[in-house]
Amino acid sequence: MSVLLIAEHNNKEVRPFTLNAITAASQMDEDVHVLLIGNNCGDVAKSLSEMSAVKKVLHAEAAYYENYLAENFAPLVVKVSENYSHIVSSANTFGKNLMPRIAANLDISQVSDITKVISADTFIRPIYAGNAFATVKSTDAKKCITIRPTSFEPCETSGGSAPIEKIEATEEFTLSKFIKREEVKSDRPELGTARIVVSGGRGMQNGENFKLITDIADKLNAAIGASRAAVDAGYISNEHQVGQTGKVVVPDLYIAVGISGAIQHLAGMKESKIIVAINKDGEAPIFSVADYGLEADLFEALPQFLEELNKLNSIQK
Amino acid sequence: MKILVAVKRVIDYNVQVRVKEDGTGVVTDNVKMSSNPPDDNAIEEAVKIKEAGKATEIIAITVGEEKSQETVRKALAVGADRGILIKTEGTVEPLAVAKALQKIVEKEKPDLVFMGKQAIDDDCNQTGQMLSALLNWPQATFASKIEIKDKTLEVTREIDEGLETIEVNLPAIVTCDLRLNEPRYASLPNIMKSKKKPLEILTAADLGVDTTPRVQQIKVEEPPKRKAGIKVASVAELVNKLKNEAKVI
Repeated sequence: MSVLLIAEHNNKEVRPFTLNAITAASQMDEDVHVLLIGNNCGDVAKSLSEMSAVKKVLHAEAAYYENYLAENFAPLVVKVSENYSHIVSSANTFGKNLMPRIAANLDISQVSDITKVISADTFIRPIYAGNAFATVKSTDAKKCITIRPTSFEPCETSGGSAPIEKIEATEEFTLSKFIKREEVKSDRPELGTARIVVSGGRGMQNGENFKLITDIADKLNAAIGASRAAVDAGYISNEHQVGQTGKVVVPDLYIAVGISGAIQHLAGMKESKIIVAINKDGEAPIFSVADYGLEADLFEALPQFLEELNKLNSIQK
Repeated sequence: MKILVAVKRVIDYNVQVRVKEDGTGVVTDNVKMSSNPPDDNAIEEAVKIKEAGKATEIIAITVGEEKSQETVRKALAVGADRGILIKTEGTVEPLAVAKALQKIVEKEKPDLVFMGKQAIDDDCNQTGQMLSALLNWPQATFASKIEIKDKTLEVTREIDEGLETIEVNLPAIVTCDLRLNEPRYASLPNIMKSKKKPLEILTAADLGVDTTPRVQQIKVEEPPKRKAGIKVASVAELVNKLKNEAKVI
């Protein structure tokens, strides 16, 4: 049997977590077929077909597939699922929204957010905000799986020449309607895939002070993160939130500034390779996971940090 | 309009969860339990809608062991009118919960079903979407803003790229984000009053729902511990360490 991977894309390009999901899917079975559902997304089909791990691309087009409503996507996935042992997508807001709708229609108990594939039916997944890891075995004949993107390497984007098979669209679900999407355009690396993340918490005190974080992020070519407290206080918008209910990041370097380190925040960043904490409260829990802790007032430390970075001859990109 | 709100009893979000030594799960004995945080937002939103005169009845429901009644009582104390406990034993997966909720929805015929977007114990993030699938209703997941129109609902959703707005026809399922509202606390008089509100107890078997787990939990382990780090004395030392020791900048 083969694995059916549901691609996430914006009708022009493949979204990056699809690459991690393809890697995870290929660990369940080498015969990975990618299902592309969209509107005028021929370029996406072509780039998927060029990925060496992809053996076939199934491509469905309809105007009502433009905005990835789960109510429109799920019936098509269910329709093509018959010949597949696994249905896989990434556990970001795209896959989290879509996969359970598919699983319930197929009467399958979904396995969410896996971090490791042990075998075709056994997986490891974090529970309790990553304070425990469960090894679980799915006993359903067919599996519905979402994968944690940061736990799998992105697949190769070249070296393949998979056939592209056009498939028919299913009917439109007319009770739900897309209205608008407010995306924040940025030249910075994406938070989920950035090599360096600089995050601010409640200690930043207001939105203007995030400029101190932005300056350092510019210098390091880093993404900007935030704790839930900072987002809730309105200092910064929601797509920056790192944590149990936000994004999970695993950068080479995570710099937590003015973040106390609640369990829910740690869940989103504690797998980072190197963690730096800058906080004036020496007892803050963030220090217990930090490789390098600096007990200091961030309003003094951040300008100095920028100054020290400016003194360096070179900074890795 | 009638609103059904699904809630779950979980280990309190402030508790440092510990894994059992025999690897069969996490320690729950003598551990503080609370309602799942985004479920509090779900109840709050329903109560606000009722206070605005747009809903006539709020039913709070949970699926779980006998003690889960506490969580329903809490919902009754902040404004739900009556409660339902669907009693089960052991682990109940989201699919089985969704099937049990489906039976209640078919009986009660609510116009809206609210619940938290994710339970903070198993972190599955499935139940709402599964219930929408079983009912073939619209789903508005990760909602941070809800506006009730005539026969529709305009919902702002928190997505990875930012915010998305969708319009769903009623009846619909909404899963709530923590940013949807600020849940209120129950006052003492309301806690007392809630004890007199009706709470119906059923079993999953009464509803004809099989709750046998389909996913076997083989073992539960602690995450790998991070090695203890160091405190640096100055920003200059920090930058030096990052450059020359960790080699990350």
